[in-house]
Amino acid sequence: MIALIEASNRAAQVDRLAAWLLAASGFVVLLVFGLIVIFAVRYRRGSKASRAPLPIAEWKVEAGWIAGTTLGFLAFFFFGARLFVAMEDASGPADEIRVVGRQWMWDVRQPNGRREFDTLHVPLGTRVRLRMTSEDVIHSFFVPDFRLKQDVIPGKEVLLVFTATRTGRFPLFCTEYCGSKHAQMKGEVIVQRPEDYARWMANAQPPAEVLAHGHNLFLHYGCSGCHDRGSIVHAPSLEGLYGATVPMADGTFRRVDATYLRDCILNPETVRPAGYPPVMPSFRGVVPESDLTEIIAYLEGSVAAP
Amino acid sequence: MSTYLDRPTVRSWLTTLDHKRIGLLYLFSITFFFTIAAAAAAAMRIALLSPSGDLVASDVYNRLFTTHGVLMVWFFLIPAVPNVLGNFLLPLMVGARDVAFPRLNLASWYVFMAGGFLVLYAILFGGVDTGWTFYTPYSSTYANGHVMLMAAGVFVSGFSSIFTGLNFIVTIHRLRAPGLTWFRLPLFVWGIYSTSIIMVLATPVLAATLLLMGLERAFGVGVFDPRIGGDPLLFQHLFWFYSHPAVYIMILPGMGVVSEIITCFSRKPVFGYKVMAFAILAIATLGFLVWGHHMFVSSESVFAGVVFSFLSFMVSVPSAVKVFNWTTTLMRGSIRMDTPLIYALGFVALFTIGGLTGLFLATLPVDVHVHGTYFVVAHFHYVMVGGMVMAYLGGVHYWFPKISGRLYPEMLARFAALTIFIGFNLTFFPQFILGYLGMPRRYSMYPPEFHALNVLSTAGASILGVGYLLPLIYLVWSFYRGRPAGPNPWKAKGLEWTVPSPPPEHNFDAIPTVTEEPYAYNPEEDP
Amino acid sequence: MSETAAVSAEVRERHEITTQLGMWGFLATEVLFFGGFFMAYALYRHSYPEAFAEGGRHMAFGLGTTNTALLLISSVFVAIADRAVRAGRRGLTLGCLATAWLMGLAFLGIKAIEYTQHVSDHLVPGRHFLPGQSSNPRLQLFMYLYFGMTGLHAFHMIMGLIAVAWLMNGVRSGRIGPSRPEPVAVIGLYWHFVDCVWVVLYPLFYLVGR
Repeated sequence: MIALIEASNRAAQVDRLAAWLLAASGFVVLLVFGLIVIFAVRYRRGSKASRAPLPIAEWKVEAGWIAGTTLGFLAFFFFGARLFVAMEDASGPADEIRVVGRQWMWDVRQPNGRREFDTLHVPLGTRVRLRMTSEDVIHSFFVPDFRLKQDVIPGKEVLLVFTATRTGRFPLFCTEYCGSKHAQMKGEVIVQRPEDYARWMANAQPPAEVLAHGHNLFLHYGCSGCHDRGSIVHAPSLEGLYGATVPMADGTFRRVDATYLRDCILNPETVRPAGYPPVMPSFRGVVPESDLTEIIAYLEGSVAAP
Repeated sequence: MSTYLDRPTVRSWLTTLDHKRIGLLYLFSITFFFTIAAAAAAAMRIALLSPSGDLVASDVYNRLFTTHGVLMVWFFLIPAVPNVLGNFLLPLMVGARDVAFPRLNLASWYVFMAGGFLVLYAILFGGVDTGWTFYTPYSSTYANGHVMLMAAGVFVSGFSSIFTGLNFIVTIHRLRAPGLTWFRLPLFVWGIYSTSIIMVLATPVLAATLLLMGLERAFGVGVFDPRIGGDPLLFQHLFWFYSHPAVYIMILPGMGVVSEIITCFSRKPVFGYKVMAFAILAIATLGFLVWGHHMFVSSESVFAGVVFSFLSFMVSVPSAVKVFNWTTTLMRGSIRMDTPLIYALGFVALFTIGGLTGLFLATLPVDVHVHGTYFVVAHFHYVMVGGMVMAYLGGVHYWFPKISGRLYPEMLARFAALTIFIGFNLTFFPQFILGYLGMPRRYSMYPPEFHALNVLSTAGASILGVGYLLPLIYLVWSFYRGRPAGPNPWKAKGLEWTVPSPPPEHNFDAIPTVTEEPYAYNPEEDP
Repeated sequence: MSETAAVSAEVRERHEITTQLGMWGFLATEVLFFGGFFMAYALYRHSYPEAFAEGGRHMAFGLGTTNTALLLISSVFVAIADRAVRAGRRGLTLGCLATAWLMGLAFLGIKAIEYTQHVSDHLVPGRHFLPGQSSNPRLQLFMYLYFGMTGLHAFHMIMGLIAVAWLMNGVRSGRIGPSRPEPVAVIGLYWHFVDCVWVVLYPLFYLVGR
């Protein structure tokens, strides 16, 4: 069994609140269970105990426990709301890191542009603000050891602020059901001392494994057959394309980003770059979503690579 | 003497307008759906024995929990007490010959079955992997499988809820026997009444939401679609505007059942009758205002979070008061621990735990941590299974002599009730711990640290499974072979016990006149 | 009047109140059903007021206004039919119901003309929405809600036409008459409700941005 670690500025406060709730709940459970057992024994049918009416007016009893529970609940509401308002305040200076959720990975960009997948490096003791969104469905960013959770939503940017208080590697889960591999959408938050973090940031390298895998898929699905520079088919070379703005056959322009590439692969009939014949077949149903993500990551990375 | 069970032809059952027979039609139907949904749960628990999810592929697992959720929520929990016990008992309890619109009542069963078969078809031919919540844009754009059929099934079955709710509201307003004033109604009727109001007012919002989702899936564009400026969170707001009140559809009638049983077996009037009745109404009303507590981490504003947290605490006050009142009802009673009372006290105990863990979820920062984890799973199973299913089984045992005219084997039934209670706690208590430790829900595989507690939970589930099988077997046996019960084996109060068991088709030879206060029990008299 | 007739009149009145209560309950359901759509409308109109104003300018104002008038007047005839059937005036009842029915049909006809116009204007949300124009994509939301809500309303109109046709058949055959008038009132309630929904839809779509 694991012990949960308190590794962020809010963890201890959340735990303390939960401990109070647990104590209060434990008291009520013992009271109710205890009374039920005592009454069931003492007033079992045929026992000698008195069945005379209760000596206190019913309305007094009712008023008593309506007032009592209301006050108790208000106390928990108050302390909970106070902590919540404080920890949801995302303003103020902080290191900004961008996080994009997509089926089924976490795509992270550090302030200096360094990119990582399924890991998030943060410096110890520094206020960090995550700017998060999703490219497809709703995901949820959950770090149990930080008592931290936030849904990421397509078409919307949400902020999340925290300060890590312990170095180490902490599991990161997706807690909003997002499809086949929801349970595998896992990662790690890596908290480093600021000097280690700075060294890591300076050492910016594209994540080699992801690129290699993406390249293999690029070959595997036959993309390279047309889109390699040496190909005889008249198809755009994809090198250096990512991030560029390209003309369309209808006279408009589109920026090459993940959505654009996705459309090209899945719905090529909707994308007509100027100057190329419409020969690209649709890969809808051929390329699974996970592979698609990696191919797009590869295409994106193939420009970012030095 | 003729009873409603005479003329046992299939045709006479399928065309019956008798509320008692329609209640039994629902009983068979929901037992059927429960069995499938429980089998899906069993498969999930077995799959979770291993952290790496070796038994079933992720896609299968995702289909299993969707099947379990959709069938349990809409085809078992929601119709369980209202449509089975409510249909059978409500006219008897208010002293009427039938519900207000008998034909609409039968139509509601057919609509329910049509919805059920659509859902079964979707499950058998491909399945659906959205979860019972159908969150967009996953459901509208990304999910494979028969999402539309499944949603259509739920949509259609919603009409069954609406028809039944309408019928009950009108019946309670218009068909009460002379002398049966509002504050002489059994609390079961109050529970059914509040539930019916929620059914009538909340279900259509679900229908609209599913319609919008289905349109979006069909046309590839829609109001929840972020590409044209739509907001996926609007779906969640609309969905929970229905689905939070829907949990009260599931629990309020259960509270009614428990009030009937506790008073009867402790031979005492319920403590604080009017407070109990108003508490039910308060829960039904406030229940419409707390939907946002499902969305504390979905980027709703801090202000909205605080307001919904406050309202969620407020809706717990009447629930807490009810627990205290049930407990106090036992005091100075004359208690006999028969099977229905074991279930009813099991309800009070498990509902208390379920309710108190609800406070954790209403406390904002704690919810941020446990939202979407097994803590939530455990919480709603404590309320829905620990609460509602215990109440339902208690009610089925309590009124079984009235329904069948026969008695079940008492010792076996007590044993089954205890088995269910123990198995339930073993299954779901570990899940609270799992959740606080951070195990997310809807995971087909999980980190090995969570292994031990998952094994414990599965072990508990196997005991729970045996517990559910027992009543299924002995109740069927008793229906044909049990000892005759006579009209009132528990010496209970209430109009339903004044007619023979099983009741004649027209219920009452003459419409009764009520002169007694509700629950006119006296603990000092020997029953 | 004999005693049994008095008793049966009382039973009938009780029965009528019961059926009416049922219909009111059903209408409460309907309000909430449309409520989901109104919620979506309110949210997006608040977020994108310009797109909604632009959407309003794409609507056929004249046709929409004509339709509003048609429905309001048809409701008057339904109300008269209720009085007429109680007074035992079968011819007047039938005439009123038939007029209302025809006005309802005319409403649907005009609605169909409008829809055809929107389709040829490429105002149907989706891939072919106003091609070649870099128009506000939020306009699609407006049109989506327009088709959704007026479509749903049209579906209710069709149900209303079926119900009124059933009423006319009953009045003609004598099953519905002075001794059993309540179906006219109950279905009338439904008709008025559908009318009221339109009275709300009309400003939301035709008058916005005008």
